[in-house]
Amino acid sequence: MATPAAPAVARLDAVLRRLGAKRVVWLLCLLPLLGWVMRGSTGWAGGLGVNPAETLLRGTGDWTLNLLLAGLALTPLRRLFSLNGPVRWRRTVGLWAFAYALLHGLAYAWLDMGLDPAAIVKDLGKRPFALVGFVAFVLLLPLALTSTDRAMRALGGRRWQRLHRLVYLIAPLGLLHLAWMRASKGRLAEIAPEVLALLLLLGLRLWRRPAPRSLD
Amino acid sequence: LPGARSAVAGATTMERATAYADITAYNNFYEFGTDKADPARLAGRLQTRPWSVVIDGEVKRPQTLDLDALLRLAPMEERIYRLRCVEGWSMVIPWVGWSLAELIRRVEPTGNAKYVEFHTLADPKQMPGVASRVLDWPYVEGLRLDEAMHPLTLLAFGLYGEVLPNQNGAPVRLVVPWKYGFKSAKSIVRIRFTERQPLTAWNRSAPQEYGFFSNVNPEVDHPRWSQATERRIGEDGLFARKRPTLPFNGYGAQVASLYAGMDLKKFF
Repeated sequence: MATPAAPAVARLDAVLRRLGAKRVVWLLCLLPLLGWVMRGSTGWAGGLGVNPAETLLRGTGDWTLNLLLAGLALTPLRRLFSLNGPVRWRRTVGLWAFAYALLHGLAYAWLDMGLDPAAIVKDLGKRPFALVGFVAFVLLLPLALTSTDRAMRALGGRRWQRLHRLVYLIAPLGLLHLAWMRASKGRLAEIAPEVLALLLLLGLRLWRRPAPRSLD
Repeated sequence: LPGARSAVAGATTMERATAYADITAYNNFYEFGTDKADPARLAGRLQTRPWSVVIDGEVKRPQTLDLDALLRLAPMEERIYRLRCVEGWSMVIPWVGWSLAELIRRVEPTGNAKYVEFHTLADPKQMPGVASRVLDWPYVEGLRLDEAMHPLTLLAFGLYGEVLPNQNGAPVRLVVPWKYGFKSAKSIVRIRFTERQPLTAWNRSAPQEYGFFSNVNPEVDHPRWSQATERRIGEDGLFARKRPTLPFNGYGAQVASLYAGMDLKKFF
């Protein structure tokens, strides 16, 4: 890479780029799901709480957003700190974000709507915030489907990259979905950290320094 | 805090009561925070003694009653009520208390009294949630005088035969079983009789979402979710279909007549 890194950063980068790091990231992404399965099946740590359906619905939604934001933070790590390793985790983190989004959609459709298609259609028509979440999920689908090396080759780097820039739209939609749900409960302040993080992460994309072209 | 079985019609549902642990761990009590686990965690610092309730406004005998006077005011009864939260979940709760009508009769409302307003304690020193601007404090709720006089309208001091835990609205709270849970003001410090309809906390904060009456009504959806069904806490399994919500939370036989001739979609 073009930016010369300080020795300490280079050493850290070397550690992060080691083969094992990606597996560790994969396992970290699995932890929330593992936690719910364990709590739900053994009652450990209070089980899934007084209202398990709510715990799962909220939890899967929160982790979708967390991982979308985490995924968006990986590229700036390279640009700002010359850490090159984390960029390689984007696919892992992105696919896990999709997995939690899928579970979130499933929790909604099953636990809340009783797998009744008519009820789901009616609900999405009635509740703009739910519709926004649904749209974000639909936009996430093509990204998940084109995450393989083969799809990347078939599309060609440029087109693939353009398609995957959809995440700049998906993450704000996801956050809007959460904000809208809380809006008239006067609880907007609670998601201020997520909003700030997203603004920062997207803002970093606009701010480019005159560096040699890179493949971000 | 023992209570005798109530003779009031509809006061004892035969449905299975929700576990004490669930009733006391899952609460909406924004004075202690907006997360449902916050009240159980933070309400411990609430001082419920000494406690007094100011009764004023359109009454012939305004007065301040301390907690002991309230506890002695009428014989304690056990009432097993369904509680339906506006958020779409429900519980069955064995409360201990007496009909609010007992108090109302003693303070003698004047001819001008048309409504009753309930004020909740809002002390930032004891209630960390009051520092946030989620709602305009103090929390105010209100009932029409005939609703307040209905024998099912309960002033509660206990739960499962014990003194009310702080997170459930100690030392004295309202319970109006045919309305969404938020109508049942907790930790009451003032009961005021008024000529005009009170501006209640939720009605003020989001008038398009929370009306003054807020009777449980499966026909009138909340703008952000359906009210047609509900999940009974601790009983309806994770993958079970939610159960249908009943008009007036199943208390129609007792209370529907209060609203005869009213358009309940308009007066939601």
